[in-house]
Amino acid sequence: MTHSPSSFDEMLTAEGTVRAAYSGYREWYDAQDPLALRRKGAEAEGFFRKTGITFNVYGDDAGEERLIPFDMVPRIVTAAEWRKLSRGIEQRVRALNAFLHDIYHRQEIVRAGRFPQRLIAQNEAFLPQMVGFVPPGGVYTHIVGIDLVRTGPDDFMVLEDNARTPSGVSYMLENRETMMAMFPELFTKVNVRPVQDYPRRLAKSLAACAPACAGERPVVAVLTPGIYNSAYFEHAFLADQMGAELVEGSDLRVVDGRVAMRTTRGYTPIDVLYRRVDDDFLDPLSFNPTSVLGVPGIMDIYRAGGITIANAPGTGIADDKAIYSFMPEIVEFYTGEKPLLANVPTWRCSEADSLAYVLDNLADLVVKEVHGSGGYGMLIGPTSSKKEIEAFAAKLRAKPDNYIAQPTLALSTVPIFTKAGLAPRHVDLRPFVLVSPQGTDITPGGLTRVALQKGSLVVNSSQGGGTKDSWVLED
Amino acid sequence: MLGRTANGVFWMARYLERAENTARLLEAGFRMALTRDQSASHEEWRSVITTVGAAFDYEAVHGTEYSGDKVWNFLLRDKGNPGSVLAMIEGARTNARAVRTALTREVWEAVNESWMSLKDVLARPVREPMLGEVLAAIRRQMTLVRGAMEGTMLRNEIHNFTRIGTFIERADNTARILDVKYYVLLPSIAWVGSSLDNVQWESVLRSVAGERSYRWLNAGKMDPRGIAEFLILDQRFPRSLAFCIDKLRSNLFGLAHEYGHETSAHELLRGLGTRFHQSSIDSILEGGLHEFITLFVACNQQVAQAIEYDYRFYA
Repeated sequence: MTHSPSSFDEMLTAEGTVRAAYSGYREWYDAQDPLALRRKGAEAEGFFRKTGITFNVYGDDAGEERLIPFDMVPRIVTAAEWRKLSRGIEQRVRALNAFLHDIYHRQEIVRAGRFPQRLIAQNEAFLPQMVGFVPPGGVYTHIVGIDLVRTGPDDFMVLEDNARTPSGVSYMLENRETMMAMFPELFTKVNVRPVQDYPRRLAKSLAACAPACAGERPVVAVLTPGIYNSAYFEHAFLADQMGAELVEGSDLRVVDGRVAMRTTRGYTPIDVLYRRVDDDFLDPLSFNPTSVLGVPGIMDIYRAGGITIANAPGTGIADDKAIYSFMPEIVEFYTGEKPLLANVPTWRCSEADSLAYVLDNLADLVVKEVHGSGGYGMLIGPTSSKKEIEAFAAKLRAKPDNYIAQPTLALSTVPIFTKAGLAPRHVDLRPFVLVSPQGTDITPGGLTRVALQKGSLVVNSSQGGGTKDSWVLED
Repeated sequence: MLGRTANGVFWMARYLERAENTARLLEAGFRMALTRDQSASHEEWRSVITTVGAAFDYEAVHGTEYSGDKVWNFLLRDKGNPGSVLAMIEGARTNARAVRTALTREVWEAVNESWMSLKDVLARPVREPMLGEVLAAIRRQMTLVRGAMEGTMLRNEIHNFTRIGTFIERADNTARILDVKYYVLLPSIAWVGSSLDNVQWESVLRSVAGERSYRWLNAGKMDPRGIAEFLILDQRFPRSLAFCIDKLRSNLFGLAHEYGHETSAHELLRGLGTRFHQSSIDSILEGGLHEFITLFVACNQQVAQAIEYDYRFYA
């Protein structure tokens, strides 16, 4: 698909004048020597390689470490825009937690006829082990990433909720570090809200969710599947920045009613486990019995109040794209307010009318698996061949429950730096949200992902997307 | 700290040390081979392979043909050699990556950069004109890592486990060099005075970077007994067995101090130290250098195993 002229560009108006958010940046940019900038770009790549900010790719090149391309032009959001966004995000996250509590308890939303029971009962991400249990502090989603897209000056929409284990926050932090190292003068010129204290806030937020048995200074650990996981760098980075231990399943076992890590002095109990391991692998006694990434018996300890698991097991159900389609109802049901952030219009293929419409319009739609993530297993109608569309239609007919469809959105663009100068590319934005009994904490900015190919709408790093530093301006 | 983390820094340090020592050994062998005729130089290369204990793996790839370029490529980069310099650097880097949170940024970056640059250097077979430069690059990278450790690491348990790994490995490597070359250091009457001796002895010293230090201490006079004494008992020389034991002791007792108690590893090391202090070069040579070394290597290995066990590296 080619770049549609109707896309909203965040830097320039249709007439080519610079929007207010970018005026300070653009003034600086126009005074730069393009050659020097290009050199800086190469420097940045060297910096990422040297520090090992890489991600691993699954599949053909298994084990190979790659860089996520970094673009030097920041994505800028004004203070006023951010205020509005944060209110919407806060409301949505509040609703998500209330929803999760409800579906694992009385399921009032189902009783009220506002949400179909089958989306819970037949959902693999729904964990019967969580029924009737309240996680410490009542928090389900300690860390949430809300994927936003923009289609116009005031039109931000939620594309996806990531309540399971949102990743990418290390790129948010390293992108800022890189920008400050490369262009310190830019940060004196433009007042950008800092993001650097995210790890400290994360540590504080997690500690605030410690179980009752924890001491004065709760012991926090990050559970990683290990160095071959695609996000290993991030796991190590966050543990390092928080001053927490980075543990693997083989380091942990249940000792005296607590989950404890094997240290050089013996076993030490853990109070809060920030796990970056999926539910299914968390406890071979409760879930996938072949898992070696988790801790046998951790679910029993969890249910007995001996440890906090972040995010709570069973939160992944909120990432389901069929459930996503109900988010407007969910927000309204639990907050009693109109949703401040809109959903992308979504057709549930499980409904006969919608399915018929989707099948008739496949060439114009984006179709996603309800449980899918990372841009895998989806159809982007406008860029697919006739054959691909037919093949997908067959899958869709065979298992309509498994899919939802959305219009192909004219995602907003932000320029990237190319050899030929600035060129617009489509972007999204993932702000990171921390939840604890003390409240909701949204880091100003987040991770901007950008489709580096001209006209492309796919921003996933696994599919050739890059990232940008994301600025929220001070008032 | 986690037992797995202690294991990670311990092995990171061992692999780095082994990579460096392999490079030094190759350097000495290369120099040696240049001064010999072909069959004698093959013998020299064979002894290099024997020293690192890779004869079995080597002959599986190349048979019994010990030519220089085969040997150095095998030791530097051959996929069939789990102990190649490249494999060691990769092993060190993999361990460092797994314990990143225990390393300072500078140490991690030094290890990571070493891996990136040596992976490049060793991507293709190394030809003779390049060998010197490649070996120098390996030493240089290892020196950078050591400098980053020295300059940035907190002197706590993490540092102690790293140093223990270094000295366990170094002691083992020096002992192996001695063992393979012990016949050089125990000359029969017939060899004395032949021009070969000096070159051989210097090669032994060179493989542990000790030729200059030795000359300072002995005013340039080479004699096998003196060299053996230097490599085994001189506490001032950083690659001697005595030095390694001394460092092992201070780091292991640093741990005991931090943890408030000793373990079986301390006991073993004390035993080894006592035996060492009671030895003179004459008593060692009298009892047989080979026997002494064999026992030393076994004790060193025992200490390493006790540390792995006492500090819960694996379980």
